[in-house]
Amino acid sequence: MSNNTAQKQPELVQLLTPEGELRRHPDYPIDISAEEMRGLYRDLVLVRRVDTEAVALQRQGELGLWASLLGQEAAQIGSGRALRPGDMAFPSYREHGVAWCRGIRPRQLLSMFRGVSNGGWDPHEYGFHLYSIVIASQTLHATGYAMGVQRDGALGADGTAVICYFGDGATSQGDTSEAFNFAAVNNAPVVFFCQNNQWAISEPPERQARVPLYRRAAGFGFPGVRIDGNDVLASLAVTRAALQHAREGQGPMLIEAFTYRMGAHTTNDDPSRYRVSAELEEWRSKDPIERVRTHLTNEGIADDAFFAEVDAEAESIGERVRRECRELPDPDPLDIFHEVYAEPNGHIDRQRADFADYLASFEDADAEGVR
Amino acid sequence: MSVITYRQALRDTLRAEMHRDENVFLMGEEIGVFEGSYKITEGLLKEFGERRVRDTPIAEEGFVGAAIGAAMLGLRPVVEIMTINFSLIAIDQIINHAAKIYGMFGGQTSVPMVIRTPGGGGQQLGATHSQNIELFYSFVPGLKVLAPSTPAEAAAMLRAAIRDDDPVLFLENLGLYNSKGEVPEGDETVAEIGRAAVTREGTDITLIGYSRMAMVAGQVAEALAAEGISVEVVDLRSLRPLDRQTIVESVCKTGSAVIAEDDWLTYGIGAEIAASIQEGAFDYLDAPVRRVAMAEVPMPYAKPLESAALPSVESITTAVKETLNAVGRRVG
Repeated sequence: MSNNTAQKQPELVQLLTPEGELRRHPDYPIDISAEEMRGLYRDLVLVRRVDTEAVALQRQGELGLWASLLGQEAAQIGSGRALRPGDMAFPSYREHGVAWCRGIRPRQLLSMFRGVSNGGWDPHEYGFHLYSIVIASQTLHATGYAMGVQRDGALGADGTAVICYFGDGATSQGDTSEAFNFAAVNNAPVVFFCQNNQWAISEPPERQARVPLYRRAAGFGFPGVRIDGNDVLASLAVTRAALQHAREGQGPMLIEAFTYRMGAHTTNDDPSRYRVSAELEEWRSKDPIERVRTHLTNEGIADDAFFAEVDAEAESIGERVRRECRELPDPDPLDIFHEVYAEPNGHIDRQRADFADYLASFEDADAEGVR
Repeated sequence: MSVITYRQALRDTLRAEMHRDENVFLMGEEIGVFEGSYKITEGLLKEFGERRVRDTPIAEEGFVGAAIGAAMLGLRPVVEIMTINFSLIAIDQIINHAAKIYGMFGGQTSVPMVIRTPGGGGQQLGATHSQNIELFYSFVPGLKVLAPSTPAEAAAMLRAAIRDDDPVLFLENLGLYNSKGEVPEGDETVAEIGRAAVTREGTDITLIGYSRMAMVAGQVAEALAAEGISVEVVDLRSLRPLDRQTIVESVCKTGSAVIAEDDWLTYGIGAEIAASIQEGAFDYLDAPVRRVAMAEVPMPYAKPLESAALPSVESITTAVKETLNAVGRRVG
């Protein structure tokens, strides 16, 4: 946030300082056990390890692309752990931490980034939709889904809530404004979770908006709050409150998780072309994992053996991700004709048959016509 | 058998489908309290209430996107876009999402939604409100595009569209809403998506159209019959999937073809039909395939200019006669 001259930065909800100290907030009390704290630390470390491995796999040519979550672990793990099993999340393409919380295995994510599968999981089974690549389109899908939940009468203290993830860049798209408005006028049970990671590829915040993003909500008629996006407890507590607000029929909320994309936009990007290293250093001092480790140590609720155990588990997951990625089978060329239509389609069947004949025409074709 | 308008056929079918399936609901601009800009949804808000008939703000991208989300939940939204012109605002949601979610999500979730929307010129609505841009959607794998021309077809095809598990763009036409036709009482035919119909048998030439142009083609054939010319009329009914077989079989029988289309000529639907005829009936053709389409200009607002830009009974009749003359049959 070195260059934002639009105005003074507002207060944000912070429950765990970068120095690892707990802070009370009147609106967002949190009661968390030592075991839960250790669980959050484990989540944070493991998803960072999966992410690091995925970046390496892309560099080795094993993945077509990867969008790193480095720096955004707390925003994702906190909000992901706030979800109940029956809730539904609509992600963008960077929500590997939320996917982790929903029980999606890294292998399922990698199958998409490797390009061997278009859909690695059943969204209804996991309460986690498939990644949306087009910016902001999922804000409308989440809103329509939430309106459907409302129509089905699935609200109440034990009802269903919907959460939609997007970045600061998506707030410039019309889809997001239309989703905010539809959700507001219909009082839809949806939480808009914006990870403001300070960069829409190379566009800084001051080129995207003149007011803090969380304040957009007020104009549409629902609450908005900015949280320290590197604070896993703030993310957990505020998301939990927002989901409850939604599921009880009180309508949408916007959470702006103020965080930082410590890595590149994707593996195709080189951030050194547009941002200075001092900014990265400044955010490194607010690292989302380090403060939890400090807290656990200072409070005496985790010892060296625990940290060593988590590190060992991370290494083992890294190794497993690498192995499983390389073992993913390539799809059959004829698969391109699968899943164009949900219903049988003669035109697609003819194309498939023609292509099968073409493949079978090669001398080295196997019995099924596939080379 | 009763004679009803195209508008009435659509309304009756929507109503019956909403009674049949609780998951079917309507969403769009002005469809509730105002009962639809073209009154297709007249009476439905009163009968079904706001839970099933949702008025929306003027935000096509918004309500089409929200309908996609509702469809992913398992509902069956039937969205009305006031005219196909406004679908341009929603085109990202239609082409990048409705059409691709099933494939891009690996078959995990389909999008069973219908977008009902009228095209059509001839109403003096000017260049931005008189277009026929169904081509944009007919081009896209993952979508289905239906374009019925009669009340009975409209009913049977809307039924099919609503019950289909894929996203369907259901093309209506401002010039057809008041047209009348027979619809059997209590008819519950569900059309087979992707089938064209030979709506009039003939032996001299094949005349191909869809939506309003299929109706006009019928009028042309009727008039030419009085001059001793036997025109076979093919109503495409479905633009995607396209029934190439019916087209080709007809041209193989007659040896020549004229295509009447309400869109612009270059790269139009007719170009795809002509290519299909060339591929499937090359050896049977006695004359080049002719296309009669809109003048390639933004639609004029002034009535005489608008009429000049649109294909007409006269311009199609002329093309039919010129084609038959080219075959060597002198028809004046």
